[in-house]
Amino acid sequence: MSLLEITDLTVGFDTEDGLVQAVRDISLTLDEGEILALCGESGCGKSVTAMSVPRLLPPDTTRLSGSVKLDGRELTTLPEPDMRHVRGKDVSVVFQEPMTSLNPSFSVGYQITEVLRRHEGLSRRAAGDRALELLELVGIPAAARRMKEYPHQLSGGMRQRVMIAIAVACSPRVLIADEPTTALDVTIQAGVLDVFRDLRDRLGTAIILITHDLGVVADIADRAVVMYAGRAVEQATVTELFANPRHPYTLGLMKALPTAAVGGRLAEIPGMVPSPLSDPDECAFHDRCPRVQVDCRVSRPPLVRQAEGHLAACFHPGGQS
Amino acid sequence: MILRIDNLVKHYGQVRAVDGLSLEIGQGEVLGLVGESGSGKSTVGKCVLRLTDPTAGTIELAGRDITRLSRRAMRPLRRDMHMVFQDPFSSLNPRFTIEQIVGEPLLRHKVADRRGASERVSAMLEKVGLRQEMRSRFPHELSGGQRQRVGLARALVLEPKLVVADEPVSALDVSVQASVLNLITDLQRDMGFSCLFITHDLSVVEFLADRIAVMYLGKIVESGPKAEIFAAPRHPYTQALLSAAPVADPVRQRERRRVVLGGDVPSPVDPPSGCRFHTRCPLAYDACRTDEPPLTDTRGNGHPAACHLITADRIPDAAAHR
Repeated sequence: MSLLEITDLTVGFDTEDGLVQAVRDISLTLDEGEILALCGESGCGKSVTAMSVPRLLPPDTTRLSGSVKLDGRELTTLPEPDMRHVRGKDVSVVFQEPMTSLNPSFSVGYQITEVLRRHEGLSRRAAGDRALELLELVGIPAAARRMKEYPHQLSGGMRQRVMIAIAVACSPRVLIADEPTTALDVTIQAGVLDVFRDLRDRLGTAIILITHDLGVVADIADRAVVMYAGRAVEQATVTELFANPRHPYTLGLMKALPTAAVGGRLAEIPGMVPSPLSDPDECAFHDRCPRVQVDCRVSRPPLVRQAEGHLAACFHPGGQS
Repeated sequence: MILRIDNLVKHYGQVRAVDGLSLEIGQGEVLGLVGESGSGKSTVGKCVLRLTDPTAGTIELAGRDITRLSRRAMRPLRRDMHMVFQDPFSSLNPRFTIEQIVGEPLLRHKVADRRGASERVSAMLEKVGLRQEMRSRFPHELSGGQRQRVGLARALVLEPKLVVADEPVSALDVSVQASVLNLITDLQRDMGFSCLFITHDLSVVEFLADRIAVMYLGKIVESGPKAEIFAAPRHPYTQALLSAAPVADPVRQRERRRVVLGGDVPSPVDPPSGCRFHTRCPLAYDACRTDEPPLTDTRGNGHPAACHLITADRIPDAAAHR
């Protein structure tokens, strides 16, 4: 049994324009100590998929079906007070924007010790000691001095490290990181990715990394799920995915990168993502796909095994390259 | 030379955003100005367009000193240079139709009457790959990529000599980014404008720039032809920047030697003494803390860098020190 098992997850939101389907029939697993990347472009459903785990979606408008199991325990139907406990201790989240997710009117030290005192029941003093350890763990120099500082006194990279320290304060089993380095400079990003690697290696934390950046995926993830229009279109170990991308969308994303230019031109993906208001029976990628054939317009290709541990949802997948 | 910047300084109060920067852009040349947040790269763009007044230094556009020109004297020159912004959402007037947005520069500079403007808008929309029925649409009805095409059409409709593009593709998804980058390449080749392309993204300038200048804390630390900079970066900061950007290939990425930089970017209010990079440089020694290294073209091949460790026969290797 995997640490986390998501089965047939479908998430929609009630809006003025009708039901918007953000995620459709996603199934995935996450093992202890594994770094899983959820990748894809804006609106593909990668964040909604991940935020379904700690149930950080607006309860009034969210329509969710399917199952999310942590250690075999169903989370989708868990009463809210129990869920709150899961959120603090078992599953925690690091968001993209470290400025808006820290409280500007409390010191860094207070914000970390607060979590430790509430969820771990530590004394003020024990929490202070542990907070200092955590700041050192995430690579913050002069941690004792930083404890007394306020978020505005820290740089973006340091704030993100503080966010990670708070997120791992109660040794969560699953850490969800939503574009954690997107707002950071590359020289700072490298250090923050090292922190995630280190957490995994030292504490065995399982990490779901939500990112649009294939470079980050290649750098740090063990496995990756590529999403398009709310569905998983491909899933494989990272080495396999980059060596043998089977889905034409995955291949298109890789070829569209500026570093993949051929003869001074980039491969474009023509057209646009279909509206999340519609629920087509055909392949959602068919009108942008270079390999489209009649069957793609008639029915939707299921996510099926292409090779060991490699799934793709395409009637005409690419072969071994 | 279309643009020549000499010893540009721009201080905002105590913030020394740009602190002595010189660069040149030739006819039809694309210069990629690369730097991380707070390096001052966007301020350079604003000074060039005189959207802000430089504190010191000179800016010449096609041989004419425009540094101290009045607003009024600048007005006719605004035909020759235009800006493309990062955010295609906030840089287009939401109350204007696409036709009005793209046609507005033509009417403002009185280079066309309404009818002539309408024809040139049509031609311009076609050039940027937008269908004619887009003319009557409003910005909110367009996708991010379409809006950025409108931004390009507006910038290019007067056929400027110089385009300053500040992170024009950074807000776009990779598939949309690819088509906008191809479009910029095509337009630049067809129309022949010079371009100051400001970005934090090395892969983007690797794709479309002719030359690259790397900025750190208000100064250029290295510049040169694109191929040279990517194949043999000289300044330890450039080396760090190149090594930190992950490549989308797990096998290669995991074998790469990385330059790990300590600490944070210092504040431009109080930049470090000597070489501004010394607080983070793995190779820094005594002289770096006290003496500021000049930007010198040690080998005389148009690839200057500002580092004490560069000599005629030695290039520092920041990755060798961890």
